[in-house]
Amino acid sequence: MAIDALGASIKRREDPRFITGAGNYIDDIKLPSMVHMAILRSPYAHANIRSVDVTAARAMPGVIDVIVGADVPYNPLPMVWPAGGSAGLRNNVNSPRILATDSVKWTGEGVAAVVAETPAQAFDALAAIVVDYEPLPAVVDAEKAVAPGAPQLHENAPNNVVFEWSVGDSAGTEAAIEAAEVVVRQRLVNQRLIPNPMETRGDIGWYNPGTEEYTLWMSSQTPHIQRLLVGIFTMGIPEHKLRCIAPDVGGAFGTKIFCYADYALVLLASKRIGGRPVKWIEGRRENYQSTIHGRDHITYLEIAGKRDGEITGLRVKTLANLGGRLSTIGPGIPTTLYARVLSGCYKIPNVYAEVTGVYTNTTFVDAYRGAGRPEATYVIERAMDLFAREIGMDRAEIRRRNFIAPDAFPYDNPSGLGTASGGAKIYIDSGNYEPALDKALAMVGYDDLDARKVEARLRGKYLGLGLSTYLEVCGVAPSKWIGAVGEGWGAAMWESSNIRVHLTGKVVLTMGTSPQGQGHETTYSQVISHELGVPVDDVIVQHSDTQGTPFGYGSYGSRTSSVGSTAAIKAAGKIREKARRYAAHMLEAAPEDIEIDGANYSVRGSPDKVKTLQEIAFALDLAFDAPVGMEPYLDETAYYDPTNCTWPFGTHIAIVEIDEETGHVDLVRYVAVDDVGNKINPMIVDGQLHGGIAQGVGQALWEGAVYDDQGQLLSGSLLDYALPRAAWLPSFELDETVTPSPVNPIGVKGVGEAGAIASTAAVSNAVVDALGPLGVRHLDMPYTPQTVWRAIQTAKGGQA
Amino acid sequence: MTSLAFDYRRPDSVDQALALLAEADPGTKVLAGGHSLLPIMKTRLAQPGRLIDIGHLGELRGVHRLGDGGLSIGALTTYSRLLANPAITVYGLLADVLPTIGDVQVRNRGTIGGAVAHVDPAADLPACLLALDAEVVVRSARGGRTIALTSFFEGAFNSVLLPDELITEIRLPAASGDYGSAYRAQEQPASGYALAGAAVVIGRSTGGGGRFDRAAIGITGVGECPYRASAVEQEFLSSGDPAAAAHATDGVLVASDIHADREYRTALIRVQVRRALEAAIERVG
Amino acid sequence: MAEHVTLVVNGQRREVDVEPRRLLVEVLREDFDLTGTHVACDTSQCGACTVHMDGQSVKSCTVLAVQADGATVTTIEGLAAGGELHPIQAAFWEKHGLQCGFCTPGMIMSAADLLARVPDPSDQQIRHAIHGNLCRCTGYHNIVAAIREAAVTMHTGSASDSGIVG
Repeated sequence: MAIDALGASIKRREDPRFITGAGNYIDDIKLPSMVHMAILRSPYAHANIRSVDVTAARAMPGVIDVIVGADVPYNPLPMVWPAGGSAGLRNNVNSPRILATDSVKWTGEGVAAVVAETPAQAFDALAAIVVDYEPLPAVVDAEKAVAPGAPQLHENAPNNVVFEWSVGDSAGTEAAIEAAEVVVRQRLVNQRLIPNPMETRGDIGWYNPGTEEYTLWMSSQTPHIQRLLVGIFTMGIPEHKLRCIAPDVGGAFGTKIFCYADYALVLLASKRIGGRPVKWIEGRRENYQSTIHGRDHITYLEIAGKRDGEITGLRVKTLANLGGRLSTIGPGIPTTLYARVLSGCYKIPNVYAEVTGVYTNTTFVDAYRGAGRPEATYVIERAMDLFAREIGMDRAEIRRRNFIAPDAFPYDNPSGLGTASGGAKIYIDSGNYEPALDKALAMVGYDDLDARKVEARLRGKYLGLGLSTYLEVCGVAPSKWIGAVGEGWGAAMWESSNIRVHLTGKVVLTMGTSPQGQGHETTYSQVISHELGVPVDDVIVQHSDTQGTPFGYGSYGSRTSSVGSTAAIKAAGKIREKARRYAAHMLEAAPEDIEIDGANYSVRGSPDKVKTLQEIAFALDLAFDAPVGMEPYLDETAYYDPTNCTWPFGTHIAIVEIDEETGHVDLVRYVAVDDVGNKINPMIVDGQLHGGIAQGVGQALWEGAVYDDQGQLLSGSLLDYALPRAAWLPSFELDETVTPSPVNPIGVKGVGEAGAIASTAAVSNAVVDALGPLGVRHLDMPYTPQTVWRAIQTAKGGQA
Repeated sequence: MTSLAFDYRRPDSVDQALALLAEADPGTKVLAGGHSLLPIMKTRLAQPGRLIDIGHLGELRGVHRLGDGGLSIGALTTYSRLLANPAITVYGLLADVLPTIGDVQVRNRGTIGGAVAHVDPAADLPACLLALDAEVVVRSARGGRTIALTSFFEGAFNSVLLPDELITEIRLPAASGDYGSAYRAQEQPASGYALAGAAVVIGRSTGGGGRFDRAAIGITGVGECPYRASAVEQEFLSSGDPAAAAHATDGVLVASDIHADREYRTALIRVQVRRALEAAIERVG
Repeated sequence: MAEHVTLVVNGQRREVDVEPRRLLVEVLREDFDLTGTHVACDTSQCGACTVHMDGQSVKSCTVLAVQADGATVTTIEGLAAGGELHPIQAAFWEKHGLQCGFCTPGMIMSAADLLARVPDPSDQQIRHAIHGNLCRCTGYHNIVAAIREAAVTMHTGSASDSGIVG
């Protein structure tokens, strides 16, 4: 048989269309009679709307329709993941309307929409809409928003509080901190980020007046979920009246998980104008206001322990800025996906975290690559460095000292997922953290660090090395856990797969997951090639169209390779079993006597009595000779609900050099040893790591959304928000350890977020290490030259 | 993202362009490469009613040596063409700056005349041209004049260029004696424009005993428009010490924004001036 | 008022009447159905719209269609002849130089511009040459590797299956 494709770095099957310009992204789709929509967005961060006059806009050239909030007969957008986990916890929910009616809560909230023959005409007409605003005082900072006297955003949210949530043992942690030999405290800001997939969002809505059915083309990670959230939740349309299709998606990083107002708006517009398809494409500056942001935490941490390096307690209080109204799962990110994994890969007996969700006059905040886990990793990895510095211990050594031991798994993290109520516990199922640390230290030449720092000083540079020994939770989660007492997002977390083997022997795999650049068409083919013994090229992967695929929860949270692949493997198992039974029939043997070797089904002891999968599929398709009770066709569907999450880990090390005069930070080396379990396609795994690392480095060094006090987004375009560019990054040095996940049959864990989860803390620790000799113990990101320069000046006692 | 509609004119010659400019109203803009103008039109920050497109006028393109050894650079000469021209290698700071302006695509379209006409407070090239004592040759239907660049800029996005005038060429004086030049800048990472950039040209008469008798320092990203740091020049001429950079912002209201406040920008430009001076000194010969 | 524009696009003479404010990228995508050239920003920062105009890489979102009148334009669709892959395209595939693919056409056009000028670039030269092209997926690591590989291939002609070599 052919070489096993599983685990091979085969070239991606998606790529020929992308490298030749033949991809099919949302803006590439042209439908007959299609028209174009533009959205008028609030220039104020906080204002009441007194009136909206669209008379002049309606008279503009090419304008077909103008829609205002009062014209929209739908519900506000659904918010489906409240902070949960304890009885009586209140979430003060305000989610966006399709168009604002009486008030706006951030610059960029949609107020009206124009439909016109061309995009330019639609855009021109926006300027003719007259909105009478009553501006109100704004607040953009979470700490200021909860302070007395702050502008209030919502009547049902006193002090702008969305929720006050806690996890862990408050009394035990208090006692541990009281009793500790050493306690280190630090305020940390994890700044707001603008995710910036290279393709902005966009959608096309089409209402078919003949069938009263809607079709929504969308640049989305979750077409199946959107069929529910846009359909029944927002518009009151059940699943059979709405078809959602995600074409090629040009990157997403979480932003395209969510339910956005424009989805319902293009469908409404199409209906209002009699069924012409309506396209809306988001501009980049518009994206900065209308698509979710990420992070934005203010955290007070206390880490307690002994002088010998043993950590005994961790207490964290975090204010999570969630924006002017709530995005789809905004509250779930800083609670479940953040506070429950705060202790990382360390055995810390006492952990307690309080998280307050806060409304501010800013764009809504939701899951951005890593979603809660980069913020948690940042807290714990900064905390470990702070503690090591305090007691004078080597930073690698203190980590080693506190790692959860390899024989301690399954490990019940005290603040963690295992504490969820409802009896459905989740444990950290596997891990072996020290080998990854050792490997990374060896790669980077850790023992020579001091000499290199001295050498750098001769060149006017401060050299620093930063460690990040991260733990990630992904592949979330058993449905019975995620659904337990409000912990979850009001939805299950299983995945689905259908396999049909056609009479030619070609295999069609349809999946409920939806890629945005991860290469699913390649990796799933590798898995099914392995499972069914057919060449990779004989497997076609279909996805992202609710009409042609089984329901799935989509692709995010590094869940596709573990949850999706397992569904596909289960479907393949069903195919094999049916093929075995029919092969037995064809070969006049008992099913239990059929041996399967790749695609060959033979009678045990008689290898010449053999049928291939193609022969079986052919016969079962024609079904001329099917036995009584056996249905025609090899066509099987499987659903897989994971029994646990998966737990990637590893050690990332960054080395930076800082120009002492300008504060400019140069990332000179980046080493990463990741344990993501087994790999379906190592080349793709490495690519995911590269991209994640770069995004995390971006947060540490360049990226940050900046609002002024009136709520204007000063970093409002790519002219003021810096994304990493090629010349600023080194090539990355990757290696691995392999601890297969016991959760799924192929031992994979998920890798989409690992790089971003680990790298921010590594670079941060490196910068603080570089400045350590000056007395700097902490510095908030991003480490722009100005920030670093000022820290140097302050430390040197200069004017700053 | 589309600009507002505008009237478009494409003259066939410089004379035709000047005739169109003679009847221009304040809403008329000249379009060269478009890399300063089009982005702000697309975001509707600029809404000209008429564009006069001179981009194809070959007579405004090209670099040639003047009789006095100076260099004439046609206003439509792109950064890429300039960079590829062997004549510029004598100007060390141009070799420093040109590969760093924008990116390859921008350098392929952006023009030297456009850079001078636009007066972006943080563009790199104008500071270099200031340090090189460049002259701006302009024409109008009324005639022509030559303006020293040192008296050309009037403020952000503002110059002495009159509405009916067109920049046709930039002239650089001949390099004479022993001289060295350098450009040092730190870029604003998102836009690529200079947070603080320093262009230095220093020189001394050949065999003149080591003392510098010329120093010209152009600064960008710091004030409301590129300027000559005359206090640094004077101090350096008397001391010969790059520490003269401490005077880089004397008399200048230093800009402040989310990327660099006044204090940091002041410190940064001093470093860049000093480093540019040090580099220029090394290159003297 | 519409202006008449004549272009040679991917070797084909094309004529179109355009409103002056329309961008070259809009005409390529909407009038000529060459949707491989993408738009990913509105401030000329990202380079997704990079095409070659008269042999030089330009951002087609910052060129009016009327400015391109008379020009020869090559887009990603016209980079390789006769259904073969250009060595740069082949190298991006081989080295996993793309993930979502959205920046890829512009990135490949920038790489082609570089390799036409500098046949054997260093990694630093490669990174500098794609400074005007943003990628959010790859961290540039494999893009650099792909361009390096393409340079070797185009030098040695060892990519026997590619249409254009050397």
